[in-house]
Order: sequence, then structure tokens, then C-alpha cells
Amino acid sequence: MTGKEYRTITDVKGPLVFLNKTEPVAFGEIVELRMEDGTLKNGQVLDTSDELVVVQVFEGTAGVNLNTGVKFMGDVFKLPVSRGLIGRILDGAGRPRDGGPDVVPDAHHDIIGAAINPYSRASPHDFIQTGVSAIDCCTTLVRGQKLPIFSASGLPHNDIALQIARQAKLTDSDEEFIVVFCAMGITAEEYNFFRSDLERTGALENAVLFVNLADDPAVERLITPRLALTAAEYLAFELDYHVLVIYTDMTNYCDSLRQIGAAREEVPGRRGYPGYMYTDLAMLYERAGLIKGKKGSITQFPILTMPGDDITHPIPDLSGYITEGQIVISRELHQAGIYPPINVLPSLSRLMGGCIGEKTTREDHKSVSDQMYAAYAQGRELRGLVAIVGEDALNERDKQLLVFSGLFEDKFLRQSRDEERTIDETLDLCWDLLQTISTKYLVRLDQKWIDKYHPVDKKE
Amino acid sequence: MSKEGVIYRISGPVVTATGMSAAMYNIVRVGNEGLMGEVIELHGDKAVIQVYEDTSGIRPGEPVVNTGETLSVALGPGLLTEIYDGIQRPLATLEKVMGSFISRGVDADGINMEKKWAFEATVSAGDEVTSGQVIGTVQETDTIVHKVMLKPGVSGVVKSAKSGEFNVTETVCTLEDGTEVQMMQKWPVRTPRPYKQKYAPDTPLITGMRILDFLFPLAKGGAAGIPGPFGSGKTVTQQSLAKYSDAQIVVYIGCGERGNEMTEVLDEFPHLIDPNTGQPLMNRTVMIANTSNMPVAAREASVYTGITIAEYFRDMGYDVALMADSTSRWAEAMREISSRLEEMPGEEGYPAYLSSRLAEFYERAGRVETMDGGDGSVTVIGAVSPAGGDISEPVSQGTLRIVKVFWGLDARLARQRHFPAINWLGSYSLYPQSLNQWFRDNIAQDFPEIRTEISGLLQVEAELQEIVQLVGSDALPTDQQLTLEVARMIREYFLQQNAFHEVDAYSGIEQQYKMAKAILTFRDAATKAMAAGGLLEDVVNVQARTDLMRGRFEEGYLGKIDALTEAMVSEIADTAEEN
Repeated sequence: MTGKEYRTITDVKGPLVFLNKTEPVAFGEIVELRMEDGTLKNGQVLDTSDELVVVQVFEGTAGVNLNTGVKFMGDVFKLPVSRGLIGRILDGAGRPRDGGPDVVPDAHHDIIGAAINPYSRASPHDFIQTGVSAIDCCTTLVRGQKLPIFSASGLPHNDIALQIARQAKLTDSDEEFIVVFCAMGITAEEYNFFRSDLERTGALENAVLFVNLADDPAVERLITPRLALTAAEYLAFELDYHVLVIYTDMTNYCDSLRQIGAAREEVPGRRGYPGYMYTDLAMLYERAGLIKGKKGSITQFPILTMPGDDITHPIPDLSGYITEGQIVISRELHQAGIYPPINVLPSLSRLMGGCIGEKTTREDHKSVSDQMYAAYAQGRELRGLVAIVGEDALNERDKQLLVFSGLFEDKFLRQSRDEERTIDETLDLCWDLLQTISTKYLVRLDQKWIDKYHPVDKKE
Repeated sequence: MSKEGVIYRISGPVVTATGMSAAMYNIVRVGNEGLMGEVIELHGDKAVIQVYEDTSGIRPGEPVVNTGETLSVALGPGLLTEIYDGIQRPLATLEKVMGSFISRGVDADGINMEKKWAFEATVSAGDEVTSGQVIGTVQETDTIVHKVMLKPGVSGVVKSAKSGEFNVTETVCTLEDGTEVQMMQKWPVRTPRPYKQKYAPDTPLITGMRILDFLFPLAKGGAAGIPGPFGSGKTVTQQSLAKYSDAQIVVYIGCGERGNEMTEVLDEFPHLIDPNTGQPLMNRTVMIANTSNMPVAAREASVYTGITIAEYFRDMGYDVALMADSTSRWAEAMREISSRLEEMPGEEGYPAYLSSRLAEFYERAGRVETMDGGDGSVTVIGAVSPAGGDISEPVSQGTLRIVKVFWGLDARLARQRHFPAINWLGSYSLYPQSLNQWFRDNIAQDFPEIRTEISGLLQVEAELQEIVQLVGSDALPTDQQLTLEVARMIREYFLQQNAFHEVDAYSGIEQQYKMAKAILTFRDAATKAMAAGGLLEDVVNVQARTDLMRGRFEEGYLGKIDALTEAMVSEIADTAEEN
């Protein structure tokens, strides 16, 4: 049946093509369109019935007319996978972009990806040391986690993502990560930045890149992350690699989703994004994790820019409900000249509780991190008060907290782009800074940790 | 009347079929692979079907078979400790059949059909039995006796009933009219199971969480909503409730949530011990895990599957607690299907019937006289995930109109690492009136008054804080500064509770009362000492108070509170003498 070419297009609207009177076409089937000048475009079936078929064209519908030939390929979208993917740069639809030959496939995998049975998942518990104090102490990253970076335009999220990719390691093993990088609608400049950094550190040989740039077709962006995750799943669960998937920028992906929704005249949800965006995003984010009895793992680092720095915007909002925490980049800290400008207060790692402590990081980690958080939050709140009543009106405890919050930003958060702190260094630094506050105010700390780790007590 | 039709159209999870005489909510098998679906709309000859599995690759023209049944769950021994997807397929069975990833077209029995159970008949020949009556028992887990009941609607005179080893489909009892009764019964999930009458709730569900039990108690048979933005601790709260609440049976629905979180629950529960019985928690738990990337129609069904199982255990006379995390994902599943049906949307794209569906669901909670004449209850606790944390959205509002307990989570508290991040000023419970008598009889005569005093102090603190924001705390008179200190003690010592700390995670209700009393004792002792010339700073900083507060992290705290409080009182009294 793949032989037949139809010329029954009736309507073309945005990225969608409508045609009638075909053989029964499968939902999700791949479509090839032949323009009059012979060029080919690819698409996928979005809606199918006896009378009408709706096709979404990845490369856009420029040049499509009523004489365009439409061929149904008899199968859903699949990615050819093999070990040969490693070290390759592919475009947003999975074709070589590095001038190399096609990937010789060992198998073809459906890019939609099946859900992992929750019963088959293994609990993520391996601590990943990123060498960034704010992350290691306060929003600990765990192998198999999906931890997005919530950023905004003009902030150094790319530097942070790359620093993490470079420095991420397990403390008790030397297994390395393979990076799967997925670019969706980012600029050529940003892409070059990522590529040259991966090249410089030698990581490129151990990476797979899927690249859809800002001037590539917007609709193609809907399949790019699915290709990347299919490759990641193959590398992790069939070839036993530990895979770190970085994808940027989720905001562009969601905008493409909205574009298709609008073209299909769907009932829009909040801010015009489709009502099924939560499910759609979950189909991507949930492809992270570990599986019982398999060696590999997928850890995800999606980057998204919050429109107007608004964390309640549907994109960060829905993402936050699916991912296991978030790292929030703050414009205020960035402008104060602090790198990495991570605002730890709204940041969170949900898997942290199960992975820190005596066996993995250090016995006092949980207490220390809670105390750092609480003291910094209170100190920050006091700044508003000081602006009104002046520092003199504060009591002794509040004065200490205020000093602490300044040191927290200056000494604890601030580190250079290639500075790698071990978890012990990070926690010792915390104790060092907590000295500014009398122990009687440190209510989050167990007495036994104060006895053991507090620098003043140690000297006595 | 043909049972088999053909597919006419496919649009995501919604499939339209023709040529099939279907009734609403019939279960159908779609396509060559036989995917499970449910009829949700009829247009002349066309039946609109929501399919519980992924529809990629299905073509128009493929067959659709109507089973004639409605979406039902299998009820009988074997439910406890099981983990299901949204349509009651055991996940362990699915793993055996399809491996680690969930593929499609696989059918699996809800309960084990082969396993033999020791059935103990409680009726004998000649007994008259009525609809819903218990006819025998099975020791299902170490703690739970499964009562085998007649299916509602079945009654008569027992011809024979035999004890012995049976599987769930073997006949254990025959009635005079020839009706054969098996241990398993099927029940359609969208129909509430019958009961004789509903009672007013009068017993609290003790959860071991201080802020909930003490300030905003929930009654057994009540309904509570927990709305909160992401990261505010909804799931941790729900899980603590599943672990420590004194219900006899817990049904936990992970509806459209994270896979890793479900795994955590699945890993953790078998090793956790129920503080009320000393048995593994799993022995009283049924879990439903339909994660966010599993098919959306099955997510819609998962909530009904869960509540039907809960009602079934209620009918045996048990107190059942059902946690649904999160009802917003359920509502979104309704929205997604509604939009595929091209229905006229209501607020924010949700279907116009959203609030009535929510109401119907929460109405299935309640304390009832069962058909058997016993007393059972279903308590429903629904998490809500409002977009942007703004509870003016339809799901939160629809929920708040029905539930009597509102535990509002607050992102600002979560950011300060104040957990559970339940806002004490905005939350409410409408049950104290009906529960006060229970607290007076079982804990202490003055329990309600102590509660009023504690919440009053928190109110006063909120007012004082507004002044402090303007002038600083040093500008307040010392008695008001003391009030701020007492309120801080309530927050840090009483309201904050570490759900991951092995001791602090659970406080018995008696301990809660003593802790609250200790705070008021501190206030009285401090006021007295300050009147006698003690300085606020000295009074507040006595070591004995720190000991009292830190003590809650140690085993056996309940027995020590009185002594610790006494030590604090005498040390505070000393501060007055020093001056």
C-alpha cells in the first residue's frame, strides 16, 4: 500500500494538510509529500477517518498545492538506532547534519516511546556531585532524575547546564555520562556555544546531538525531543550507558505545540496553549529514570525560559508539576554579579531526601541544608524590613540572620565557572557560614551534628 | 443487533465506530489488537469511544467489538497489597507479560483467579440472607479479615454454604432459588455501591500530623481537599496520611503523577510498619498507579476504580481512607477528552460538567450503615494542583464547594522549609463542632479550649507581624514581644513536623495535646516571671525550653514531656530571682 500516491488535497492551513478519499490510513502514520518540483517533505497523520485525513507537515507547507502527491508510508515514526549514533550530530528530524553518512541501524524504535511500568522502575538514589554548592547542598541531583532549569532570557542558564554536564560525577564510581543534547529552536550562536564547549572538553565524541535551530521548521520541533529521548532510551536501557539528556529550549517546543493546536482549531487552554500540554510534556519528562535489572539510566536536564520571568506561566507551571524539582535562576542575583545566580528558595529537588545522608553524602547533610535554607529565607525577608526601619531596630537574632544572608550569596552561591567543590567542601563551607548565627537559633540542627561539626565547638 | 462494528475515525484517544449497537459506557475492544475502550457518546449509528491505550497505528475499517459490559472492577480477596493501573490491571502481571515498558492490547484479571483462600462460612443452610450480607470470611492479610458479601441485589434462603479452600470463582454458597455465590463480585465503577443510611461523622481520623489533627481535624467519613502549587508538599502530605492515618484500609491513587514518586511509594511501603497495628503498611493498602505518561482515558477511570474498591471495603464495616493525588490531573483528563469530543467548553476549557463530576466523586465519601448492618466509612482526601498556585481556578473551586476540610498549602512556607507547609491562617475544618465531644471524652476535657487558644495566638501573631513590618519588633511592648515568641514556639515546635524523621513524623493525639499544653505553660510561666522582674531575653533563652523543643526528635517523648515542662517552669521562675 505504500506505493500509492494520492493527489486529493482539499485544504492547506498553516502546517496542516487536509485530504480525502484515501485507503484506511493509520493514526500517527508517516507521510511523504512530493512537491511539483520534486522536493520531498515529511509529515504525520493527526486525525483519520473514512472521509478525511489530517496531516501535519514537519517542514512547513510552503510550496504545497492541490497537486502535491501524498504517500502514506504504512508505519509510525521510527528512529534508526545503533551504537553508531554516539559522536554524531543529527538534525531535528534525525538526518545527519555533520556531513557524515546515514546511521547504520541495528533496530528501528518508535519515537513516541511506551510508558515505563511504575512497578518496573528502580528508585533513583545515586548522588550526582555537580561541584556546584547551591545544587549539591540544597537541590541535590540524583541519577535518573528530571530536574529542569527555570531560567529567563539573558541569564546564564547555558553556562550552568554545561558546567553541570562537565562536572557531573558519582562520588563512588568512575562511570561517565553520555550526553544527548537536543536543541529546539535555539539560535545558531547558542548552538555553537554548546558545540564548541563539548568539543573543547572532548565530550562531543561521547555525545549525540539533535539540532533544530531557530530558522528550522517549527513543527519539526515536536519530534526532535522524541528522537533524542528514543536515542537516550536505546543507549541507556539496551547499551547500559548512563545518559544525561540536556534539552533546550522547552519554551520553543511548547510554542510549536500551541501553533499546531491553533491550526487545528482546538479549544485552547491557558494562554492559548492546548489543554493536553500537561500530558504531552509528561510524555517527554517521564522518559527519565532507572529500570530494575538494567544498568543504564536517563537523567534529564530540560532548560526552559520563563516568559516575562513568570514562574506561574503555563510552561514552567506544568513542567514543575511533572519534573522532580526545579533549579530557578534569578535575575536579581545575576545583576548583583553572582554566578551561578541560583535562587535556592524556589528551587527544589524532590528526590534529594532519599539520596543524601551518611551512606552517600554526609550524615549532617539534611540538617545542614534545611538550616541553610531556613536561615537564608528569613534573612532575605528581613532585608525588606531593614529598608523601612533600619538595621538598628532589629534584635540580635535578626541581625545575625541578615549578615548570614549576605554571606550566603557571596561565599556559598558564588563560585567560578570551572570551580568544582566536593560535597565535603560544600558542607564544611556551610558550617563555616553558620558560625555567624548563635547555635541557640539553629533550631533545625540536631544537637549531635552541632557537637560534631560546628567549628567553634570543635576548637574547644 | 450486531455486536461488531468498524472504526470510522481516530483522533488521539478518541475513536468513532459505526455499525455497532452500543449503549452508553459499554466496554468495547478496539481494532485488531483489541484495545480496551469505553463508549462515551452516541450519535445515531456512530459510537464515540475513549480508548484506554495508545491508538497509534490503528486504521479506519478495523473491527470494534462490544462486550456489552460496563467498566467494572473485580472485587474479592486478593485486592490488598496489589498495585494496579487505572483500569485495575495489576502492574506486576503487566510486567510479566510485556516487560518494563507498557505496551498495549493486554488484558489482565484484577484479582488472582487461581489462588486458593481459606473460606470460613458464617451462614448455614436455612438462613435467610439479604442483599449485601456477609456470608463468610477470609483472612486476607495478617491484619485484615476479608468479609465475603452477597452482591447487592441478591437475597434468599441459603441452601448450602461450605467452608474450605476455594479460589474466587468457585461457588461457596448456593441459595434455594439456585443462585450460586462466588467470593468475587464485579461492580461497575461509575455506580456508587449501596448502603442503608449515612450517619453524621463523629470520630476523627487521626493522622499523626499535628497541624491536621489538632487545628484542622478531619472526621472519618469526611472529605478534605489539599490544594497547593508544585513543590509545596502535597505528595509528601498525602503519603504521610497513607502511612500514619488510623484507617483500617488505605486506597492510594497516583493519578497522573510522577513515575519515580510512585516507585518510591512502592519501594517504601512494604518496609514501613503501621504504627497502629505493628504490621507492614502494605497489608492494608491497595495502590493505583496511573502515571502522567500513561493513557489519559485510563487516568480518567483510575479515580472511579479507586473509590469503588474503597466502598467495597467500607461495606465490610471498615474505616477506609482514600487519597487521590492529584484530582487536577483527573480533571485535565476530562478536559482533554472533552476537547477531543469538541464539546462546548466551560471555564478554562474544562467541561461544563466538571463541578458535578467532582461533587459526585466526593459524595461517595461518608460514614454509613452498611447493607450488612455494620458501620463503615470512606474518607476522601484529594490533592489539587492549581495552575500557578492560584486557587481561583475551576478544579480548586469545585472542590472547595464540596469538602468540609481545606488544608491549604503555601509556597512561601515551603520556601522557608516550614513543613508541612499548610497555611494555618487560611485553612479550615468544619468538623470541630461534631468532633469536640470525642476529643473531650477520649483525650482531655479542655481539648477544644486549648485548640482555640493556640489558634487565637496564631491570629494575634499575624496582626502583630503587620506592626513589626513597620516599626521592628524591638518597638513593641515586652508582653507583645512575648506573644511573638510564644507564636514562634507554636510554629517551630508544634506546627513544623519532619515527615522524613523516624520519630517526629508521627505524633499521637495525646502527645499533641501535651505539646500544646506545654506551649501555654511556657507562656504563663514567662508572663509570671516577667511580672516578677525577669527579662524577656532570659526567659526566652532558658536551656530547659530548648531541651523541651528538641526532645520531640527522641523516642519516648510522650513520657518525658511533663518532666521537661516542669524543668522549664522552674528555670524560668529562677530568671526572675536573678534580677
